[in-house]
Amino acid sequence: MTILTETLRGGQAWSRRLARGQILRLTDTTGRACVSALFYNAREPLERYNMADTLKAQFTAYLTVGRVLYSDMGRVLVSIVADTCGWHDTVSGCGDATASEGHFGAGRYQELRNDFHRNARDNFVVELAKHGLGKRDIVANVNFFVRINADELGRIAWVPNNSHAGAAVELRAEMDTLVVLTNTSHPMDPATTYGPPAVEIGIRAAGPHELAGPDDACWRARPENPRGYALTEAYCREIEGASGQPTGMGGRP
Amino acid sequence: MNRNKTGRITMPIEVTSPSVIQESALAPWRAIHDEVLPAGRGWSREIARGQIFRIVDVEGNQAVDTLFFNAHNTEERYSAPDTIRSQGNLYLTTGTRLMSNEGRRLLTIVADTCGRHDTLGGACSAESNQVRYALDRKYMHNCRDSFLLELARLGRGMGKRDLPSNINFFMNVPVTSTGGLSFEDGVSAPGRYVEMRAETDVLALISNCPQLNNPCNAYNPTPIRLLIWDAAP
Repeated sequence: MTILTETLRGGQAWSRRLARGQILRLTDTTGRACVSALFYNAREPLERYNMADTLKAQFTAYLTVGRVLYSDMGRVLVSIVADTCGWHDTVSGCGDATASEGHFGAGRYQELRNDFHRNARDNFVVELAKHGLGKRDIVANVNFFVRINADELGRIAWVPNNSHAGAAVELRAEMDTLVVLTNTSHPMDPATTYGPPAVEIGIRAAGPHELAGPDDACWRARPENPRGYALTEAYCREIEGASGQPTGMGGRP
Repeated sequence: MNRNKTGRITMPIEVTSPSVIQESALAPWRAIHDEVLPAGRGWSREIARGQIFRIVDVEGNQAVDTLFFNAHNTEERYSAPDTIRSQGNLYLTTGTRLMSNEGRRLLTIVADTCGRHDTLGGACSAESNQVRYALDRKYMHNCRDSFLLELARLGRGMGKRDLPSNINFFMNVPVTSTGGLSFEDGVSAPGRYVEMRAETDVLALISNCPQLNNPCNAYNPTPIRLLIWDAAP
């Protein structure tokens, strides 16, 4: 069941609460996208995505299908249930106004109107402020469709053509999650002209066979993940008990 | 060959990163601050611009979870991704500029006898220990508890929102070219140290890691020594 489809223009920021059991799909229509993302517990945003805990628990330095995004409270915010790109970065952060100006020039609104050069950090600051959050809440983010490689000496490099036109990634919310996105160039992208491409967003309700459980790829990927799901389930029951209100779309089967 | 504190014999460091082993000429007796911090304790202190801060891995293989803030505006703080991008390298060593979330340099590593330090592994917490090891490990002491207690003690209104991804001095978390990540023993050794110069007035926050579930402290958390020297005249 489709809940929302939307086009995220180049340079645009976006945020929305995903209910538990909803699936967010991001589609790179050009093969050049970089969607930088932050994730928070929608009810208690003091709980947020934690890059280190996500990587440590799954012995990985990148994100793809079968991996989950852990919060700093040992719970799963979202699970990556589909991915035709194959590699999403979470170690290289996002650019700011200084990086953007150094790369692409000032690109002021005065001259360019709504094609002016927006940058990821300022977009995060603006979008987070709408939820009462701010600079202190910006943590190491995810960069969907971006791959940064490290060699054995630790030296990092931008990997060209990591994505392709039509590549998509699907994130299943395991608790009510505030998702904050910015569709802006990655600071290591060698492109010299400003022009982040549009990205398609879709939200749908997970079908009964698409929910987390022992047969799920994310559940089976690591022995740590069932423990993360158990903690998440316990938390959802706890807040449902305390509030009398179901989480997600009315509780789970 | 070295013998680490668990009695295991470790081979000399195989240099797998462009680490820059750099010794310091500073004499401990000239330090204006010299303190031993036991394992499992938090610590914080302001370090003025120009001062030199040294952390000594006294007994070897001790992870030291560390954050820095602009002492006058703690919304500006250490940023692991900005530090990684600024130097084009995942690992920290001599010459690394420790960058803030505002793209400014907070400190520079000026000496390092270990050669490689981590900034991807973050801090352990009660909750992440449950995920990583077992649900019944929640009771175990952890770095985030030390950070939170120290922030509360500071009385500056700081808390969990002020704990971004930190540095783990003396910790070895190699990333493979295929994107694997592991926690390994054996980069540091007794007496190895890292030294950095404050480029602005900073607030340092440390947890001397109490983790017992993985080799980051060789299963035996030990004290560290913290020294500060005044700026050269």
